[in-house]
Amino acid sequence: MDNNESEFEPKIVAFVCNWCTYAGADLTGTSRIKYATNVKIVRFPCTGRIDFMLLLKAFANGADGIIVSGCHPNDCHYTSGNFHARRRWIAFRHLLEIIGVDVRRIRFSWVSAAEGAKWGDLVNETVANIRELGPYTEYTKVAQYVEKEDNNE
Amino acid sequence: MEKRYINKEGLAKWFGSILNSGKRVYAPVRHGEKVDFHQVHSLEDVAEDYIQTTLSAKSVIFPRAEVLFSYKKDNKEVTLEDFNPDSVPETVIWKIRPCDAAGFIPLSDIFNGGYDDVVYAAHLNKTTLVSFSCAKADDFCFCTSVNGSPGATKGSDIQLTILPDGGAIAEIITDKGMALIKSADDCFESAKDEDKSKYLADVPVYFDLNTVHDKLKEAFSSDIWKQQSERCLGCGACAFVCPTCACFSIEENSKGSHGQRIRCWDSCGFSMFTQHTSGHNPRSTQSQRWRQRILHKFSYMPERINDFGCTGCGRCSRACPVDMNIREHLTSIVK
Amino acid sequence: MNKLEEKAVSLLQSGVKLILGYEKGDKGARPFFCHTPEDASKLIYDEHATTNLATYILKPELMGHDKVAVCATLRTLRAIAQLASENQIKGENLIVFTITEEGNGDVKEFSGIDEINSYLTDKELEVAQLYKELDEKLSGMSREEKWSFWVNEFSRCIKCYACRAACPLCYCTRCITDVNRPQWIDPWPSPMGNMEWQINRVMHMVGRCIGCGACTKACPVGIPIGYLSRKMLNDLSEEFGYIPGQAMKDGNSLSTFKPEDKENFIH
Repeated sequence: MDNNESEFEPKIVAFVCNWCTYAGADLTGTSRIKYATNVKIVRFPCTGRIDFMLLLKAFANGADGIIVSGCHPNDCHYTSGNFHARRRWIAFRHLLEIIGVDVRRIRFSWVSAAEGAKWGDLVNETVANIRELGPYTEYTKVAQYVEKEDNNE
Repeated sequence: MEKRYINKEGLAKWFGSILNSGKRVYAPVRHGEKVDFHQVHSLEDVAEDYIQTTLSAKSVIFPRAEVLFSYKKDNKEVTLEDFNPDSVPETVIWKIRPCDAAGFIPLSDIFNGGYDDVVYAAHLNKTTLVSFSCAKADDFCFCTSVNGSPGATKGSDIQLTILPDGGAIAEIITDKGMALIKSADDCFESAKDEDKSKYLADVPVYFDLNTVHDKLKEAFSSDIWKQQSERCLGCGACAFVCPTCACFSIEENSKGSHGQRIRCWDSCGFSMFTQHTSGHNPRSTQSQRWRQRILHKFSYMPERINDFGCTGCGRCSRACPVDMNIREHLTSIVK
Repeated sequence: MNKLEEKAVSLLQSGVKLILGYEKGDKGARPFFCHTPEDASKLIYDEHATTNLATYILKPELMGHDKVAVCATLRTLRAIAQLASENQIKGENLIVFTITEEGNGDVKEFSGIDEINSYLTDKELEVAQLYKELDEKLSGMSREEKWSFWVNEFSRCIKCYACRAACPLCYCTRCITDVNRPQWIDPWPSPMGNMEWQINRVMHMVGRCIGCGACTKACPVGIPIGYLSRKMLNDLSEEFGYIPGQAMKDGNSLSTFKPEDKENFIH
């Protein structure tokens, strides 16, 4: 085990729905379950509201990994929001694979309000996974140019 | 203006010396079927056997996106980093066409006419233009109809006319040009008795520019704009590939506590180009926008900066997805 | 007079104000707006014409309020069918006809959208040679190589939006690029900004793309944009239950869902 000060700490952004996953994450806390602190949670009313562009913006702004999580199918607070989200994710993930974005860095999940333990595990697994993959500099490097140095190169 | 001759080996040696001097060199480079200006590091990278590049070379002096200044806010402290003219490296644009070189003249008049555009001037001052006269032309070229020609030297610092032996007639037109050959002066010999017009392409004259200018004075309310613009899709391709189009937009690249202000290309063909905040759009139809494009280049610019906004390079027609052929349109205006 | 010209003249003489078709241009067929019987002789039919005429059908300033006829190639027909399934076309003022064989073939006028849809059922959507070559090239690449490839391609994009303008399915009167609160798409060209723009466009085209290739042909710098939409169209067809090249019967892929949608990547 490295006890290296310069050990890489992944930055994870989690896009979660208010009614299930956010509540579930709350439960993780009230249950006093310890889990990794690398996650910044962004709360949405529903996964159906999560625009795929936000995931790209997260990577461009320095996120090394992303978690997207919501209610289980058939349990959506708004009935069908997560079904729409699922379709969107199927398409989006496929597109990212074609383009060569590292989809291992995006975790999609269903975490209900009762699954406090699952949330803790999900975060811990994701952080461990990203720590192994390293920082996503391949992406942020491209995001830093306004203009690739030699103009049209 | 000085006329010299340089042979094939001398040309390669001179090019090498320009690269070795640390100058940034842009030249046409082939990418599949398209040829465009890229930074090059050897003479072999330069494309041969093409009529014209897709994009003009204006992006070297007027980049498609340029940071005007950047800022950072750290609690209450704000640091501002302004554009630094000294950061622009010495640059040579190699193998542009006479129409491209001529295009920098109206472009510079727009940016530096009546206003000191520090950013543009910094790029312009550090750039030397080496043009090659044209031995071939295609149907889209019409330089001879707009006061240009395949061997015109206006706007160029140096012009080369390639000869059958691989060498070239070198016309050193400006002081900047003289400075560029100074370090390799021994590559150049005294001028041979060669008439460069023998090696120039034949570009037919399609219309009389003065007639166009006169006709346009009365044409504002004409039906011809609607007829000509029907198939125009309103994309920005023509404005972006044009060597003289200067329209730009100023945008914010804001990332919260830090950011940049950026100047980027814009096109009068876009539907939102003249959209006012009030909601009113004075050019809400494509025909009005098409009229603006033609009048601006052939009527307003001659009146304001004494130069036409078109050098007949034909890029707009080649790039247009629906074949809005500007030469064709101008010819029909004359009729 | 060939059959196309005859048809055009008869339509114009019976109250149709405009025939949308192709004429001969410097780079092959180009869109032509035929207003008078005299102009009808300029009309040509080219199955390989790359500009999709359906792009003009949704522009009220061009179409006006009178009857308009479109001489549609397969590409245009597919676009019309998809637009109709998205409720963008009101059938009353639009007459659609095609030529069943190139050149001097027979004119076929469609009685309505249903007839267009059934006409398309046995016409398989082809894949352009360029896309096949790209497919092969990319399938041999690692993830990092693919990323480099696409970053390089998109770095060349100058954000002229010719791809958007040429696409018949891009008809939003206020495009996401015109929204600046928030600024989803950077207005200036930059490698990441261009990438985000193209990803965005492909996502908005999921299942809706008709594979006409107008976007690829329109791009002045030669980026194979249409490849991505086309590949997505193919790869997701089984999963989302549509046939590439035919209008969606069960609603657009991203506006509908099935509870049985399968995925293998959600924990």
